[in-house]
Amino acid sequence: MKPKIAVHKFSSCDGCQLAFLNAGEQLLTLSELVDIVHFVEAGPVAPDEQVDIAFVEGSITTPHDVERIQRIRSQSHYLITIGACATAGGVQALRNLVDGQQWINAVYASPQYIASLATSTPIAAHVKVDLELWGCPVNTRQVMAAVRALLFGVVPEIRRDSVCMECKREGNVCVLVAKGQPCMGPVTQTGCGALCPHFGRDCYACYGPAENINTPALVNRFAGLGLLPEEIARRFLTINNAAPAFVDAARSVQP
Amino acid sequence: MSEERRIEIHVPALARVEGEGALNLVIEDGRIAELKLRIYEPPRLFEKLLEGRGYHEVADLVARICGICPVAYQMSAVQALEAILGLDPGPWVRAMRRVFYCGEWIESHSLHIHLLAAPDFFGCDNVTELAKRYPNEVRRGLRLQALGNDLIRLFGARSVHPVGARVGGFYHAPSMNEVVTLREKLRAALPEALALLQWTASLSLPASEQPFTSVALRHADEYPLNEGRIVSSRGLDIASEEYEQHFVEQQVPHSTALHSLLDGAPYLVGPLARINLNFERLPKEVQAALRATGITWPSANMYHSIVARAAEIYYALGEAVRLLENYSLPAAPYVEATARAGVGVGASEAPRGLLWHRYELDPAGQVVSARIVPPTSQNQARIEADLHAALMSWGFAHSDEVLRARSEQIIRNYDPCISCATHFLDLRVQRR
Repeated sequence: MKPKIAVHKFSSCDGCQLAFLNAGEQLLTLSELVDIVHFVEAGPVAPDEQVDIAFVEGSITTPHDVERIQRIRSQSHYLITIGACATAGGVQALRNLVDGQQWINAVYASPQYIASLATSTPIAAHVKVDLELWGCPVNTRQVMAAVRALLFGVVPEIRRDSVCMECKREGNVCVLVAKGQPCMGPVTQTGCGALCPHFGRDCYACYGPAENINTPALVNRFAGLGLLPEEIARRFLTINNAAPAFVDAARSVQP
Repeated sequence: MSEERRIEIHVPALARVEGEGALNLVIEDGRIAELKLRIYEPPRLFEKLLEGRGYHEVADLVARICGICPVAYQMSAVQALEAILGLDPGPWVRAMRRVFYCGEWIESHSLHIHLLAAPDFFGCDNVTELAKRYPNEVRRGLRLQALGNDLIRLFGARSVHPVGARVGGFYHAPSMNEVVTLREKLRAALPEALALLQWTASLSLPASEQPFTSVALRHADEYPLNEGRIVSSRGLDIASEEYEQHFVEQQVPHSTALHSLLDGAPYLVGPLARINLNFERLPKEVQAALRATGITWPSANMYHSIVARAAEIYYALGEAVRLLENYSLPAAPYVEATARAGVGVGASEAPRGLLWHRYELDPAGQVVSARIVPPTSQNQARIEADLHAALMSWGFAHSDEVLRARSEQIIRNYDPCISCATHFLDLRVQRR
């Protein structure tokens, strides 16, 4: 019997599901290798089925989400978060830094109809996560590599070194050194292909924190470039604003 | 029919739409007592999280509203911000933004036609089932979708949340070699796009005409993407700055997306509305292909939206080839901006329709306030009106299952993006 896969969505832009839906021929190949039992956007709907691998996109932002993720965990052998929302709360976690309810009140004339929590939290804040795939968005290579590895019964290998390492391998000109741009590459996890520096612009950390990072050194460097403390804080508080290493770095300049 | 039982159906999810929503349907004595497209995709409050951000940060942030149409959000945003900053990025940027946007139309429309909409017409549940029966058609669709993604990647490095767009232009100009290689692939795909258009027109599309108001951008001499006045099929013709005087967004209790009305009434945005209002702005070969389908344009049949989508793929491929025909590397791919205060609006045609943004910046160039009106919230009231009229005329002498499938198909005609406004719909039918 083929292994069963589910793709679940919480609060998100649907962009990480496109790692599957934009995969073209690979999507058809995947459907030969595994049985995709639940993937609402693609068609199959069986939210309560027991599966071998569950991919989870999106962050927890409603009271219903809190219950639903528990159920998904209990019926999934291996749970993988895909993307910044599921793995770190997403860009919408910026509300956690302010009064989230006040934001809801500002956007909606009748906030009493909106069933939303004041916070946006990652999946791991609620249940055990077996594998985190970072990135805003994750790409097809990341999700297919994870499936392939699991089909072979091995734990998927995730690179956690920095974008800088990838830039060096690619032979990109360093935008921080050569152009004085506030590049987040030194503290950001690799996996995207160092796309921003390759395009001559500063990385904005959409793949989240790398391992063993030295944020104080980067904060100093940004200050040296002339960035104001709030500008430095905003560099850390973008797509992965709720990742602890980034929150700490932001607080160090703007308590 | 006098002794109506009350029947309640709960279908856990309407699949193959983007976002989370549901449909409540109450049928009483053979009439619709209640019909509500419930959208419960949790709000992400983008308009608030943009406040305090620098103008140069906005394009990367608003892309995250939608993974399927990030380019649209970037384009409406940079346009509004450039209006405030008094920037004119010049002809190269203008042309290449059109190409970039064509990529998103091709990707999004191909995805919708093949992965979301087409299975309905063949009684399949999803694209993998469809691919077993129609491998050539599905693979053609996936190839076109991939070409759209390649085109976004040419200017954006990746197709979801591309990193190339900025206020003033692009961070990077693609090399001549990359452009020529992709351009020739696009050119070679033109016959495939034409065949796709013919295929969509050959589907058994129900005849279901309804009076509705189409709204789209209209430009003096080109098919609208990034520029134009906002026009309607009832004579509206306004600058995008005047949008708020005619269009009103209101909250309804059953939806986290706001409903938008034009002079108090529902209206349609998206591919069918665009073609209805801009048919003669299409190149001759696209017009000819559309006429050859036998459909009369403008069309009042929402099922023709799939043909409109295919026509726009065919158009966008040709338009990208045309604009890349004499590609040259610019001196710089962007113009530099200087911060200043002001208010600006931007309107562009997202794959799903008109996307309107308004920003206010402070003297340091930081966002004071933002307002974003996505296409799906504009179509929401129209979807409800369509369902109401279509189900009434179709009658209720069908099983709940058939009724549900029909309702889903009607909703999919609008390609609702519930993440922009709304991701899965669960349909509840009650008969009393």
